[in-house]
Amino acid sequence: MHRRTPGQAMSSGIAALTALVLASPSAFAAWDLNLPVGVTPISRIVYDLHMLILWICVAIGIVVFGVMFISIMRHRKAVGAQAARFHHSTFAEIAWTVIPIVILVTMAVPATTTLIKMEDTTDADLTVKVTAYQWMWKYEYIEDGVTVYSTLAPSSRQAIYEDPTKVENYLLEVDNPIVFPVDRKVRLLLTADDVIHAWWVPELGQKKDAIPGFINEMWTLIKEPGVYRGQCAELCGKDHGFMPIVVRAASEDEYRAWVAERKMAQAEQAALAMHSWEKTELMALGEKVYVTACATCHQLDGDGIAGAFPSIRGSEVATGGLQDHLKLVMDGRAGTAMRAFGAQLSDVELAAVVTYQRNAFGNATGDVVQPAVISAARNLNTGG
Amino acid sequence: MSTSYGAHADDHHGPEPGLLRWLFTTNHKDIGTLYLWFALIMFFVGGFLAMGIRAELFMPGLQVMDPHLFNQFTTMHALIMIFGAVMPAFVGFANWLVPMMVGAPDMALPRLNNWSFWILPFAFTLLIGTFFLPGGAPAAGWTIYPPLVLQGGANVAFMVFAIHMMGISSIMGAINIIVTILNMRAPEMTLLRMPLFVWTWLITAFLLIAAMPVLAGAVTMLLTDKFFGTSFFNAAGGGDPVMFQHVFWFFGHPEVYILILPAFGIVSQIIPTFARKPLFGYESMVYATASIAFISFIVWAHHMFTVGMPLSGELFFMYTTMLIAVPTGVKVFNWIATMWRGAMTFETPMLWAIAFVVLFTIGGFSGLMLAITPVDFQYHDTYFVVAHFHYVLVTGAIFAIIAGVYYWLPKWTGHMYNERLGKWHFWLSTVSVNVLFFPQHFLGLAGMPRRIPDYAVQFTDWNMVSSIGGFAFGLSQLLFVYILVQTIRGGERAADRVWEGAHGLEWTVASPPPYHTFEKPPRVTEAEAHG
Repeated sequence: MHRRTPGQAMSSGIAALTALVLASPSAFAAWDLNLPVGVTPISRIVYDLHMLILWICVAIGIVVFGVMFISIMRHRKAVGAQAARFHHSTFAEIAWTVIPIVILVTMAVPATTTLIKMEDTTDADLTVKVTAYQWMWKYEYIEDGVTVYSTLAPSSRQAIYEDPTKVENYLLEVDNPIVFPVDRKVRLLLTADDVIHAWWVPELGQKKDAIPGFINEMWTLIKEPGVYRGQCAELCGKDHGFMPIVVRAASEDEYRAWVAERKMAQAEQAALAMHSWEKTELMALGEKVYVTACATCHQLDGDGIAGAFPSIRGSEVATGGLQDHLKLVMDGRAGTAMRAFGAQLSDVELAAVVTYQRNAFGNATGDVVQPAVISAARNLNTGG
Repeated sequence: MSTSYGAHADDHHGPEPGLLRWLFTTNHKDIGTLYLWFALIMFFVGGFLAMGIRAELFMPGLQVMDPHLFNQFTTMHALIMIFGAVMPAFVGFANWLVPMMVGAPDMALPRLNNWSFWILPFAFTLLIGTFFLPGGAPAAGWTIYPPLVLQGGANVAFMVFAIHMMGISSIMGAINIIVTILNMRAPEMTLLRMPLFVWTWLITAFLLIAAMPVLAGAVTMLLTDKFFGTSFFNAAGGGDPVMFQHVFWFFGHPEVYILILPAFGIVSQIIPTFARKPLFGYESMVYATASIAFISFIVWAHHMFTVGMPLSGELFFMYTTMLIAVPTGVKVFNWIATMWRGAMTFETPMLWAIAFVVLFTIGGFSGLMLAITPVDFQYHDTYFVVAHFHYVLVTGAIFAIIAGVYYWLPKWTGHMYNERLGKWHFWLSTVSVNVLFFPQHFLGLAGMPRRIPDYAVQFTDWNMVSSIGGFAFGLSQLLFVYILVQTIRGGERAADRVWEGAHGLEWTVASPPPYHTFEKPPRVTEAEAHG
């Protein structure tokens, strides 16, 4: 009559599970275990430092747990061990205080030199100011005069409640990726408009918080062309998990071509704001802007989420005075998730989305807001 | 030479009959029991939220809850587990054991003791009630950073007042423990004869008194920023959002040790008992505990290396943080030296204590990795951090609590628990907790941020493994409740000195102990104190 102990039963269970996992090699496709080595000189140093500390910990673990394991095997009553009476050893106690200190110092030296390199943001070739919003990124290329807004790609957003496996780069794709030239030191200036966010692309080897009222600095120098993906790393509210970053590293020529293309698009936008728009055009564009800028909180059907995000359907703002509505959308409401869209959206987009809000969801105000009205409102603000 | 409970049945100082006994009790054993039950209930409430989190993270996409509710779950899971489960559990141990261990008849301030406990159910009703407010519960993480936390609605006020009440409860409890230890010891119970559990609690109590008012101040500033137009943390009004993080973590890091020092104490009682050998390096354990407590006040900014501190600040906090490894290492080495050349047996409490030493040390290794600032920039706010603090808090603090429950349960109830079921509970929990948390190291290193309700598909596999481990660990704890109820209701009678190798005054009284112990100060010999 042999009854197995729970320990024995459990270990045979684990063996069976392990065999099951090992039997399906295809399942290993995405079983990533470790930090990426990355594509910047710093990221490689950081990776080496990570591995150094990891192996030191493994070595200490083998010694400490090894001694413990030997003790458990040999010094058990079941094998007839007699308890010794010692409870003190000055030599041992000094040794296991001094040896760890020596190990810590050997870790601290490379850590310190690496940190000094990482914090040196001088002599940058170009500067990009990154502003974080709930829930998108704005990139301003200071020298080249390019501004890019970057938010979760619609393909990913549509898949959230459907089948994420059907989408390429689910949650790590944006509508407008940014481009950094390779072999150039890029300095990033990070700040935020509403709450604290953090900018992190693992392959670049570093992350930094974007904090309202502060400008933080970090730098990167990408050695290999390619597309590198990351996301916001500081809890920033409801859509914190839906705020990806995509950086394309390209040659200097490709970077120049991209800058020229972006500038052309910006000029086209400015021209669009000059002419008068039909209501149907505004409604069509307004719906698109609404889906990317407003719907995460106020929901696609305009009903909001009770208690957290107000409804737009039949709301006092969207069916009341136009100037109050414009002011709220452009300036936001302090202390809430309603941010100031005046700086993020163009005149055309603002005109379109306000027109849409005042005529969709049964809000039949009939108002048509032209881009010129928006630019007038902007002038009024700066003038006042 | 002990008196049994029966001999005291006609004692007019016995407990009041009925439920009012629990409401009005000033008896340290009753209040200890209340704290422990409260902690167990909160452990299951917090555990329910954890199961929700793991269910949502089982696969990519959103299936179970929307992101706003997910953030409420993560925030409330942490607040409930830290302030509702782990801290009250340790106070429950202190109530039951500190008077019995130092030879005192009760806690020094019994009415204060009653009040300390009875604040808690109200605090947590207030906190958990926020789920039913418009806009829901706090959703900015347990670290409640502004400006995000200020986007919450009425829940901000509820949460702030709940934290104030918990703070009052903790501070009163801490004062009581310090006064009891310093004033109520039996004459022969010198400071260096005190069991290590009493030492760790004495130091923890000072940490509580130093740290909790700092948290109270921080959340009060949040309250006035939200409702009274101040701008402590509002950059647009001249305030500083990063200042909140400094103040919060000046509380938060000592808090981490408040959650682990009593666990060190429990394990330091259990290992010598089952090794049948005195604790190795008793005095160095006391000094190591005190050093850890001191250093805990000068490391806080290692939680916020990415906020953009000056280089000199980053270096200072990296060095001080690394320094903590030294006294912590001393403790681990002492436990192993205690086991060395002992005559060990492996009853359930010893199994949990050994698992504590191994798994807490793994959490310590990842802590050391996180201390290295340039690499922390990669680890920060990823699942690597989640894995780290669950190794030190679940397989650290909670494993020690469970070890302590099995160790003293026969003393408390007078019945032996079912050893076979206890071992099943241990093995199920230990295997599943590693399936739950070890893969989270991989997820973090591979780039998965923490506090996200949905993730890129390459993180699916390890998340599934982790969730399966999570469900198994959650279910295993139901077995714990079954064992507890079974033991309370009956079972083999426990001897006074339940464990062959146990030393200390609590083993000199009956099992269960009479309602009032040590009405006359007991004698304390060197052999009883240190074995």
